[in-house]
Amino acid sequence: MERSETMSNKKTFSLKGILHFLNSKKVAPYVFVSPFIVSFLALYLYPMIQAIIMSFQQVLPGQTTFVGTHNYQRILNPTFFQALGNTATYVFFTVIILVMIPIILSVFLNSKSLYFKNFFRAALFIPALTSVIVAGIIFRMMFGESENSFVNELLGLVGMDPVQWRYGAGTGMFLMVLLASWRWIGVNILYFLAGLQNVSEELYEAADIDGASAWQKFLFVTMPALKPVIIFVATITIINGFRMFEESFVFWENSSPGNIGLTIVGYIYKEGIQQNDMGFGAAIGVVLMLIIFVVSMIQLKFFGAFKKED
Amino acid sequence: MGKNNKKWVSILLTALFAVITVIALTPVVSLIVASMRPSSELMRQGLSFFFDPASLDLGNYLAVFSEEGASYWQWYMNSLIVSGGLIVLSLFFSSMVGYALAMYNFKGVRVIFMLVLFVLMVPFEILMLPLYQMMTGLNLVDTYFAVMLPLIVAPVAVFFFRQYCLGLPKELMESARIDGCTEYGIFFKIMAPLMGPSFAAMAILQGLTSWNNFLWPLLVLRSNEMFTLPVGLATLLTPYGNNYELLFSGSVLTIVPIVLLFLFFQKFFISGLTVGGVKG
Repeated sequence: MERSETMSNKKTFSLKGILHFLNSKKVAPYVFVSPFIVSFLALYLYPMIQAIIMSFQQVLPGQTTFVGTHNYQRILNPTFFQALGNTATYVFFTVIILVMIPIILSVFLNSKSLYFKNFFRAALFIPALTSVIVAGIIFRMMFGESENSFVNELLGLVGMDPVQWRYGAGTGMFLMVLLASWRWIGVNILYFLAGLQNVSEELYEAADIDGASAWQKFLFVTMPALKPVIIFVATITIINGFRMFEESFVFWENSSPGNIGLTIVGYIYKEGIQQNDMGFGAAIGVVLMLIIFVVSMIQLKFFGAFKKED
Repeated sequence: MGKNNKKWVSILLTALFAVITVIALTPVVSLIVASMRPSSELMRQGLSFFFDPASLDLGNYLAVFSEEGASYWQWYMNSLIVSGGLIVLSLFFSSMVGYALAMYNFKGVRVIFMLVLFVLMVPFEILMLPLYQMMTGLNLVDTYFAVMLPLIVAPVAVFFFRQYCLGLPKELMESARIDGCTEYGIFFKIMAPLMGPSFAAMAILQGLTSWNNFLWPLLVLRSNEMFTLPVGLATLLTPYGNNYELLFSGSVLTIVPIVLLFLFFQKFFISGLTVGGVKG
């Protein structure tokens, strides 16, 4: 009797010990962060190393061969440069549009003179709720080739000829940039509106006393105060631009005439998945990572984000 | 005079915004109009600006709700399962991690937080081929789990929960400890309920991300009956398709629930979708 009691005591003690150990203030945080650590190792670190290894291999089902820098040499081909050019053009236009237009709109949305502010803010946000695919379906229909499609009809009203939107390099780029801009303007407006809340009224008052015009106030008070938000929005727009795939896919699916819609990620998809040339696809991915890194650094440097005063 | 002028500026500005709003919402209205027009003509001709309102009908919707729409509803179901599952899993795991990063001072906390920020900046597209290979190796291709996996511990959500928790009172944890509450009890019973608004914002962010996600599901889903909505709708886009009825009415039915949710929970949508703007 006595013996069994001590035994069960011992048992609960060790179980208690484990529980106590897991419950200690020292161990609990590690238990809490373990999902991130597992996901970091399995879903980020491992694939990243794997991507770099694969980029030096020819990957065939059941057989991989080391091919040195062969995949990287193959990247230097006209198709890749076209994809790079398309992507860079897209990044260039989306950054300009998605920084400038939201700033202007948010300044007005923040002013006391505008009625129904909340309504406009919500209405401009609605495009952000659509998926690229659904938004692309709408745009394809509005920018149809025939003279009886929405936009061509509007052009007809001002005496212009119908445009073959999806068949020209310039108009194709226009469609992709427009689609992205339409979906993102509302979100970026909110970022800038949040930034505007940090501008102190006193600065405007001081500027008023100095007799500054509305334009001068915008340029010398509002813009400097918005600088951190501008850097942030420009950075995410650049990164998202280099990652672009869907905006092109929805207009041309797997291949566009003369590759006018081919992007770097589209090229990875084409080579890595469709042609099943994973090694080459991985090499393009590594190059993409380097490009994004370099461009982000240049951009941050350009905005002076590394200066101590900020 | 000055007051009158101000009023006119306001009216003009409001009129300008009314015009901008009309332009911004034109595509959405067009989609709704298009969904009530003969669909094969739309694919050939595009949507016409001039149409007879009397010619609008609900034929495309009848098609979706008929036998023809069976695969569409299967995609809808798949999207609901994947998005719902992801909301539950990612909120559970991400909130734990974010909470620990904010509330505990343990060895490595800074390193882990730096890793979260680092991972936040790694484009998914670079990892996608090895991840795809992994899914093939583990025989997970064409499963819901494969679609959800990369988003289960979302760095953006971890970051958001951490920022949110920084604003919570640590004294509550101390007093709960004195009352004999375990560390896990403190989180689940005391702190998590205080994180309500952040859960709502992240549920919306994760739900919407997953609902609209395209590239990864496109890679790991093979069979029609496993497709999510964006992947399924994209298959209808081919010029040789014969299911255009589903394309337009289906698109409307895909975004309408989201817009309705947005109108009811605007605040949470906005804080969820603008996470990156949260100040560190």
